[in-house]
Amino acid sequence: MELKPLEREPALRDPSQPLAGTVRHRALAHRWPRLKVGVPLSEFVFDGITGAAALTVVVLLLAVTTVVIIEAWPAVGRFGLRFLTSTDWDPANEQFGALPFIYGTVVSSLLALAVAAPFGIGVALCLSEMAPFWLSDILGFLVELLAAIPSVVYGLWGIFVLGPWLRDYVEPWLGRYLGFLPLFRGPRVAVSLLSASAILAVMVVPYVSAVCRDVFSAVPASLREAAYALGATRWEMVRMAVLPHSVSGIVGALILGLGRALGETIAVAMVIGNRPAISASLFMPSTTLASAIANEFTEATSDLYVSALIELGMVLILISLLVNVTARLLIYNLTRRRFSS
Amino acid sequence: MAKLSLVHLSAYFGRVKTLKDINLDIPEYNVTAVIGPSGCGKTTLVRCLNRMHEVVRDARVEGEVLLDGENIYAPGVDPVQIRRRVGMVFQKPTPFPTMSIEENVIAGLKLNGSVRNSAQRAEIVERCLRLAALWDEVKDNLGKPGTSLSGGQQQRLCIARALAVEPEVLLMDEPCSSLDPASTARIEELVLELKSQYTIVIVTHNMQQAARASDYTAFLLNGVLIEFGETKQIFTNPKRQETEDYITGRFG
Repeated sequence: MELKPLEREPALRDPSQPLAGTVRHRALAHRWPRLKVGVPLSEFVFDGITGAAALTVVVLLLAVTTVVIIEAWPAVGRFGLRFLTSTDWDPANEQFGALPFIYGTVVSSLLALAVAAPFGIGVALCLSEMAPFWLSDILGFLVELLAAIPSVVYGLWGIFVLGPWLRDYVEPWLGRYLGFLPLFRGPRVAVSLLSASAILAVMVVPYVSAVCRDVFSAVPASLREAAYALGATRWEMVRMAVLPHSVSGIVGALILGLGRALGETIAVAMVIGNRPAISASLFMPSTTLASAIANEFTEATSDLYVSALIELGMVLILISLLVNVTARLLIYNLTRRRFSS
Repeated sequence: MAKLSLVHLSAYFGRVKTLKDINLDIPEYNVTAVIGPSGCGKTTLVRCLNRMHEVVRDARVEGEVLLDGENIYAPGVDPVQIRRRVGMVFQKPTPFPTMSIEENVIAGLKLNGSVRNSAQRAEIVERCLRLAALWDEVKDNLGKPGTSLSGGQQQRLCIARALAVEPEVLLMDEPCSSLDPASTARIEELVLELKSQYTIVIVTHNMQQAARASDYTAFLLNGVLIEFGETKQIFTNPKRQETEDYITGRFG
């Protein structure tokens, strides 16, 4: 059979002509080196919008920190490093030392995380690995609801339920068995560092478990199946395939939880007792950076007092920054060790 | 003698019936190939043989699979015990990324705690890697991560890992689909060597591979077992029109 020639050549675009709707202005292309003449206009618009959004984040961060630093400057100039090491917080005599606040913040948050971490990871493992699918969906939703309860409601619950319960049942027990440690000695009060840690732990658990659940479900099914196919039980599969794959994600979840605990304000203010002093016992009232700012801002009459409170905020930002940088380094080290050698 | 017998086996994903009433006897110490077009249920079929099908959400099985005459779906049967007797190699190589080559090989054995000392451990690692024809390539780098190997090497590592638990049956789900021709040839050689000690079921969409490496062939179409017989007979003298159409490349 004879082959018929094609009736007409397909129309080819002249490559020297730009596509319709492209940036034609050489000047623009020159100013924005990534864009070349011939790139569709939509690309240019997309780059512009996303770039602007990203830039906003940087600008906001700089603006907030700048204002905080400027406003805190009178207190920084007056007290210097003594602000961080002094335990003397005496607004009447204009003496301001942040150490009790730093102590309360760090101790309550770390304690909360120590309690919340095993619980949160456990809940996440149960949701993603153990529970039947329908139950896991329901429980997962409930956990997310738990994270959505406003912190002031947690605070109320802390005042009326958790605090008295800790005082009447948990603190006597701790005193009896661990009373040889100064941490668990002394009078028992419902508003205390322990109450604050407990309420923070309750608030942090849903965060840790929600993130960990996502981390665990991101483990490739192929790895789980590889473990099962070798005759692993569920727990062995978790140890072989899920946990090693999730280490950096778990660290991230914990850091997120810690960040939440460090910055939590109103629930802590309601149960911690707001006493700017360091005491060895967890049963005693204490205070934190965030709750002090919220409590005392309205009564700060002098400029120096306001400035000192803002410096507390600055310290809080620094602590959060420190936590995040440490977390990054930790994750970096963990992943590098795993994939090198 | 039939090592595995499928009796009225049907498999579902939710309401979708993926396998329809399969009856099949898989002979011991032979290679059985499962062929058929994409989506016909080949993978589901082998996953039913070591109770891996039920790992997937909403998946369930009806009917029986007899391993040495015992129904693996009988109530009270622990799927973990079944999977130790019926090993599996997947389509994509899946070495555990956090483990070294050596740890990967030993991973399954560590589970039942049967590795006692380092001498025994080294002996098992070497034997399994030799069986999987990987030893010479990795013997100096046993401490390297399993994921640092090439795709073909990773797949052979996974075979070594599956062999280390000393299964009676080895299921291979398109083990060569992501490999180059040289690695494919090595794995086919390996299959032929292993069949004296293991019963092997291999899923493949490569008909040359089925013809080269298997003794028996099962042809599946839309979840139905169309034909099962000796590979030579299936490829030279198929009884069913569908089989002939498929192996001659008329569809699929």
